[in-house]
Amino acid sequence: MNGALTELAPALESVPVQVPVLELRNLSVSYADGHRTLRRVVHDVSLSVAPGEVLALVGESGSGKSTTAQAVIGLLAGNGRIDGGAIMLNGTDISGWSQKRLEAIRGQKISLIPQDPTSSLNPVLTVGAHVDEVLRLHTKLPKDQRRQRVLELLERVGIPDPSRRAKQFAHELSGGMKQRVLIAAAIALQPQLIIADEATSALDVTVQQRILDLVDDLRTEFGTAVLFVTHDLGVAADRADRIVVLKGGQVQEHGTTADVLRTPSSPYTRQLLADAPSILTGNAREFRAGGADNAVEVRNLVQDFPTGRNLPDFRAVDDVSFNVPRGTTHAIVGESGSGKTTTARALAGFHRPTEGTIVIAGQDVTGLDAKGLRRFRQQVQLVYQNPFTSLDPRQTIARIIEEPLLNFGTIPKPRRKEVVKELLERVRLPEALLHKHPHELSGGQRQRVAIARALVLKPQVLILDEAVSALDVTVQSQILALLEDLQQELELSYVFITHDLAVVRQIADTVSVMSGGRQVEIGTVSEVFANPQHPYTQALINAIPGNRKAQP
Amino acid sequence: MASGSTSTDMQRYLLNRIGQAALVLWAAFTVAFVLLQALPGDALMIKYQNPDLGLSPAEIQDIRASYGADSPLFVQYLNTLGDFLRGNFGYSVQAGVPVVEQLAASVPATLSLAGLGFLAAVVLALAIAFLSSLSEFAWLRNALIALPSIFVSVPVFWLGIVLIQIFSFQLKLIPVINPPAGLGLILPVATLAIPISAPLAQVLIRSIDDVRTQPFVGVARSRGGSNAWVLSHHVVRNAILPTLTIAGVLLGELIGGAVVTETVFGRTGVGQLTQQAVNSQDVAVLQAVVVLAATAFVLVNLAVDLMYPVLDPRLKRKTGALT
Amino acid sequence: MSQTTLTSATARTAGPGLDGTPRRRRLLGSRIQPGLLLSWLVLGIVTLWVIAPGLFTSQSATSGTAREKLLPPGGGHLLGTDELGRDLFSRIVHGSVHSVSGALVAVAVGLIVGTFLGLLAGSVGGITDSVVMRIVDVLLSIPGLLLSLSIIIILGFGTVNAAIAVGIGSVASFARLSRSEVLRVRRSDFVEAAFGSGGTFAAVLRRHILPNSAGPVLALVALQFGSAILAISTLGFLGYGAPPPTPEWGLLIAEGRSYLATAWWLTTYPGLVVVAVVLSTNRISHSVRKVQP
Repeated sequence: MNGALTELAPALESVPVQVPVLELRNLSVSYADGHRTLRRVVHDVSLSVAPGEVLALVGESGSGKSTTAQAVIGLLAGNGRIDGGAIMLNGTDISGWSQKRLEAIRGQKISLIPQDPTSSLNPVLTVGAHVDEVLRLHTKLPKDQRRQRVLELLERVGIPDPSRRAKQFAHELSGGMKQRVLIAAAIALQPQLIIADEATSALDVTVQQRILDLVDDLRTEFGTAVLFVTHDLGVAADRADRIVVLKGGQVQEHGTTADVLRTPSSPYTRQLLADAPSILTGNAREFRAGGADNAVEVRNLVQDFPTGRNLPDFRAVDDVSFNVPRGTTHAIVGESGSGKTTTARALAGFHRPTEGTIVIAGQDVTGLDAKGLRRFRQQVQLVYQNPFTSLDPRQTIARIIEEPLLNFGTIPKPRRKEVVKELLERVRLPEALLHKHPHELSGGQRQRVAIARALVLKPQVLILDEAVSALDVTVQSQILALLEDLQQELELSYVFITHDLAVVRQIADTVSVMSGGRQVEIGTVSEVFANPQHPYTQALINAIPGNRKAQP
Repeated sequence: MASGSTSTDMQRYLLNRIGQAALVLWAAFTVAFVLLQALPGDALMIKYQNPDLGLSPAEIQDIRASYGADSPLFVQYLNTLGDFLRGNFGYSVQAGVPVVEQLAASVPATLSLAGLGFLAAVVLALAIAFLSSLSEFAWLRNALIALPSIFVSVPVFWLGIVLIQIFSFQLKLIPVINPPAGLGLILPVATLAIPISAPLAQVLIRSIDDVRTQPFVGVARSRGGSNAWVLSHHVVRNAILPTLTIAGVLLGELIGGAVVTETVFGRTGVGQLTQQAVNSQDVAVLQAVVVLAATAFVLVNLAVDLMYPVLDPRLKRKTGALT
Repeated sequence: MSQTTLTSATARTAGPGLDGTPRRRRLLGSRIQPGLLLSWLVLGIVTLWVIAPGLFTSQSATSGTAREKLLPPGGGHLLGTDELGRDLFSRIVHGSVHSVSGALVAVAVGLIVGTFLGLLAGSVGGITDSVVMRIVDVLLSIPGLLLSLSIIIILGFGTVNAAIAVGIGSVASFARLSRSEVLRVRRSDFVEAAFGSGGTFAAVLRRHILPNSAGPVLALVALQFGSAILAISTLGFLGYGAPPPTPEWGLLIAEGRSYLATAWWLTTYPGLVVVAVVLSTNRISHSVRKVQP
């Protein structure tokens, strides 16, 4: 049904005027900050969503996309307010409505599927109570009928054994199941508009795909319009009839999905399209065979963790083997719980493998004592996912980059200063940042600092643990380009840990796919993408957002 | 299978937790013993070396032997521990009666004062927390939020004096000497309750604020729940949890507060007993009071720990439910 | 990835998530807070009382003229006189030495012993951690006042002894906080990164763990200073602190109790001073906690 949707879009457009479910006219929203000054974050945004239509609101962080959605449902933060414009719901302006009037339509006419299913369910209520809540608030149904309806809804969204599940609590369900519960609550009264606010961003790609399919099904079944708020142009391309691109609170682009993808009119959209890894096709990196020797050799790596007395150990990594020839990149792909991060941390020497060997730069890591391990750190460095937590907030940038040198310190101070400056230049950061603190930098700049710190000891191997996952796509593509340059300049070898198969094509030469601690597939990137052997790999590749357009 | 392992898990947890409580209690007893009996400073000497009594050193020695004070320290320790386990808290040197009798005479009065004080404190704290979070007016909210920080800064004894000053001397509402039982309790209870309510209200306000910023509260609003609905259906139960953790601390404050309040209002009770014991270095009494207070603390914390899983389903034994 | 969700909308102060842009540092002086300013002023004045009481009053704190006994506030005596004709204001000013230095000793005892225990437990872990934390549990299980009284019964009455007793009572809070801070900082990515770049335990402790856990401990110091003033005045009131005629604040109130009906100022003013000092330290503690980067 995927392709059919988007083909339908032009047809829907040409249908004679009908009242849109939602229409924004020149909506402007401001936040009051600490000093009572107003900061406008949404500027004159206009858009409309027809019945049964999916409109994607796409933007990076700070684009105002979530604020726009909050304004629509009347739940702006306490310091936010609508400065101007109109929010027309079925032709009625609700922008000036009191909370009391809005409460009557929330859940009934407009509903919400939130971003993070885990924190969006009340931990002390059963999941059934969440669905029941909408019915209690808006209907006068007696208790037993409500209960019946809750079970029907849970069943409809694909929750097996609903009568048992309804009595469970959020922590007893997986992320995908939790999101299904929230969807059940959102569709309970068959609203005219569903706002999906990054509704699948916190989920693994295969789960994301299933949830998005479910939303599609329900939409066709009930004819509900969907306002799809997302940072992921790939997801938007797969699912939306029309796309609105926001940047800095302003509409950059507005058109049918096909038009936006084929002939984007604004430079920003073109940039987004170029940077979005999932939509890239044929833009894969040129394969490098690498040098004669291997920078990393992993043989039959097994990693167990104790789970408590009298309980069998938990096997996080089960028999993983791969080589990384010098100067190349090996990617390890997997969803949460696949053991990819545990593998990365074993490589970095943070825990001792239960079985197997790890040889890095010709040295067997598994047999090292504390002193040897410390020396070994000069060869391999780890770059973390979150640059907000991996830099000490109290240190200056200069101090952060310099610190590893002090640990092996025989280098005199003036020389250290030079080295730090050189590295800053290498990661393309201005010298003016040297005396700033991490909180004064943007996410991308921080990640560059983290890379500089990792490089200061001149290691042979960098382990990048989801190192670009927390960044906006435009920033992500810049960091990937930087990593590419550094690899060529310094003959570095990378082990690139990621959940995002799409990025792998851009950065890696070889790839391992992991699932449930096991390595299910290994090969060169082109082989694995062209001819995946394992069903899990196939599912992963199919689930990459934006692929639906690429594969007819 | 799952239910079977859950119940044995639960039993193990219970046993483990009770064992820990017993351990802390034993350690508290030992600390009290080491502090009060093993170190120098001897109540018997203070009382009987008084020249007015005219006792000879040999007679004093006999008395010491009758109190068991001349046996080796370790033997004394074991004897005392055994006595405590049997509910025998020794003799008050100063009053010459068993400590148990003194306690039996004074505990009920203190218990009623502390109990009423605690209840009043809970009511006060709940009122402050909920009024402040429901209030539409910023000024009222700010005033209510400022209240606990003022309460917590007031010395208990001074608060009692100020209350007597105002209600007894200025307004002449409550007689100072021999007030009727009910009327006489009002000021002591208020004196005790006001400082205790402060930390309780602070934790409540903070956890209500924390819970309100949780995404699930916003999601409940998006289903059409009003502010009051969300507060009563979602916020309260989550916000109560953190306040339970300070129950033990509050108990300590309550006992300390009761001691001071009894002194200020001249009421008989454990407080007065304690003060007399300190004045006359009557170690046995103080030791009994300390062990009693520690027991209460341990029991309260045990109760809280056992109650937690009931209120917070996340803490029900974790038997691999992540599917 | 966007951190702003629709659902954070109920957060009163939540603004738009601007993860990609640098956040501006909130400087201490960027916005003058009258309450905080007043708090520092109160502590400043009390500090001056301690250092140079002569600047504020020329009257004696320990001797008075019988003719001038129990005079109400006003005239030659700002806050009135007591039953021996001593100037109350002068007694409060001179009494600050005992209360403040007592509180300082108490906080020092708690800070040094408690932080040492907490650092030890948090950094070494394992059995050391369990043993130390059980000791802390035991200390916590005895109500503060009873613990102080038990210690005073051994050490004897007096300002310093009372201060030590109060300090031992605060060991547990310092130990708990510093341990949890160490554990929090230790778990952070940047500490692991520091180990990962070859840092030794001592270096990481010095460069990262101590500076990053200092803030909350500092806030607790301020908070405990206030509590210590309260506790010491309580012990003074019960008669276990400084002996008369020392003008310690708690003792002043105890002595004034006998004249409740006739001389309200004797109990009211010293009490107000205690409240002002404790409120100020609490306010400052609050601001220290907030300045975290």
